[in-house]
Amino acid sequence: MHIIDSGNTAAANGVKLARAEVIAAYPITPQTPLTEKLSEFVDGGEMDAQYIPVESEHSALAVCIAASSAGARAFTATSANGLLYMSEQVHWAAGARLPIVMCVVNRGIGAPWTVWNDHQDAISQRDSGWIQIYCCDHQQIIDTVIQAFKLAETVSIPVMVCYDGYILSHTYMPFEIPDKGRVDAFLPRISPEYRLDPENPVNLNTVTLPDIRLDIHGKTAPGYMEIRHNLHTDLRSSISVVEEIDAGFKKNFGRGGNPLIEPYRCDDAEFVAICLGSLSYQLRLAVDKLRNDGIPVGVAGIRLYRPFPDQAVREAFSSKKRLIVIEKALSYGNQGALCGDIRAALYAATGSRPDISNYIIGIGGREIQTNMLVDLLEKACTGTEKPGTEAEWIGLRM
Amino acid sequence: MDKKQADKKREFARFISKSEPGPGDGGRTGSWRVARPVIDLEKCIPAKKGRPACFKCWAFCPDGVVTKTVPPEIDYEYCKGCGICASECPVCAITMMAETDFAKKKAG
Ligand code: SF4
Ligand code: SF4
Repeated sequence: MHIIDSGNTAAANGVKLARAEVIAAYPITPQTPLTEKLSEFVDGGEMDAQYIPVESEHSALAVCIAASSAGARAFTATSANGLLYMSEQVHWAAGARLPIVMCVVNRGIGAPWTVWNDHQDAISQRDSGWIQIYCCDHQQIIDTVIQAFKLAETVSIPVMVCYDGYILSHTYMPFEIPDKGRVDAFLPRISPEYRLDPENPVNLNTVTLPDIRLDIHGKTAPGYMEIRHNLHTDLRSSISVVEEIDAGFKKNFGRGGNPLIEPYRCDDAEFVAICLGSLSYQLRLAVDKLRNDGIPVGVAGIRLYRPFPDQAVREAFSSKKRLIVIEKALSYGNQGALCGDIRAALYAATGSRPDISNYIIGIGGREIQTNMLVDLLEKACTGTEKPGTEAEWIGLRM
Repeated sequence: MDKKQADKKREFARFISKSEPGPGDGGRTGSWRVARPVIDLEKCIPAKKGRPACFKCWAFCPDGVVTKTVPPEIDYEYCKGCGICASECPVCAITMMAETDFAKKKAG
């Protein structure tokens, strides 16, 4: 069924189709309509789930952690300072290997207070051990939410589905709601790696000693470092699982095909703009304009940000002349977070390496006009100077 | 769950922090203790009755170091001195004795 509705509604429909069993969330702009929609679904009997209203985001994820530990399919969603408030539990959920899915409706973080879009919220949690996927339109939101549950349950790692506040969350566009029966077939219930069972009580994630040790049966039990190393290696192995799940989704629903990096006019491009989220679709307009002027430029949206698909980055970009990394977040005091990752990935490339220039744009919702992107790309593609090492901020007015 | 998924599943989360409650699960927790629980067998219900009863100390001890025996016994190698048993005991049979006092008493 095709409908025209908001990105938040797309996400809510994905959660409904995925048959989440426990939903706990605290409303925060611009995520609020998503959780309102879900509470409507549950209240109206359209979803057989427990909707647990909580007093904070920390509790929202704590509830999901408990529910997921008990074997339930759990979902939450947040934005900005709400995500920061739950940060302790964010790290916990990953360390505990719980297949929770969370939508992060991207918004800038205070101070000063802002409710508008950038990516600093999700970027601040990139090292938490969660999988992070960015969406570019409503169809990707609903499709990604469904796939996220399968991914999380396959690899026992929680997944953040990130999409731009307002730009996607509150705008209306057409998207298809996949058929229920086919989603059920695509997303069967995978029995969790472990679940709480009163018949067989266990300790989960108690104080874990630095060194390995013998458990009460005299068997070797992993120490903290083994458990954390396993999380990391499983994240690295998840890259191929993301590709497999995308391929399976494409077979069933006809959409997908670029789950790691989504390229546009990149094949013959000498210059490639790289970014996260919906900005990559806006950049397509600028690319088309410059292509008309004969500039060989393309754009690539990074869809899987953690685990970072560094091998795919090397394959896609090491032979390019220049990369133009445009970001709505940064590692303060250094450079754009994505740019740092791209640079690190390409440093390991054998042979040629492109020049890389880094731009920070749209922070705290500062408007990004397409003609700004055209100017930016044109300068970056036609400039003869080597790019500097400092990130350049675009759109500053003072 | 189909077979392929089951196989895939097994490759992930090989190490998680899961253990059974029991003495020593958290290391040599006896060294944490500043006060030790001492059971007064004159008051302890199973000890007085001479048959299994009560065992709230056994049920509540977070480290599983109290035995479900008549009388209950505490493994001081791992008892961390949290005092939960003392506050749960319905007849106040358990007192928390400062380790310094215990050492002095032992030294005579
Ligand atoms: S809780 Fe008190 S009365 Fe009950 S078994 Fe333990 S020491 Fe004895
Ligand atoms: S003080 Fe009591 S409850 Fe606490 S660890 Fe020792 S025996 Fe167990």
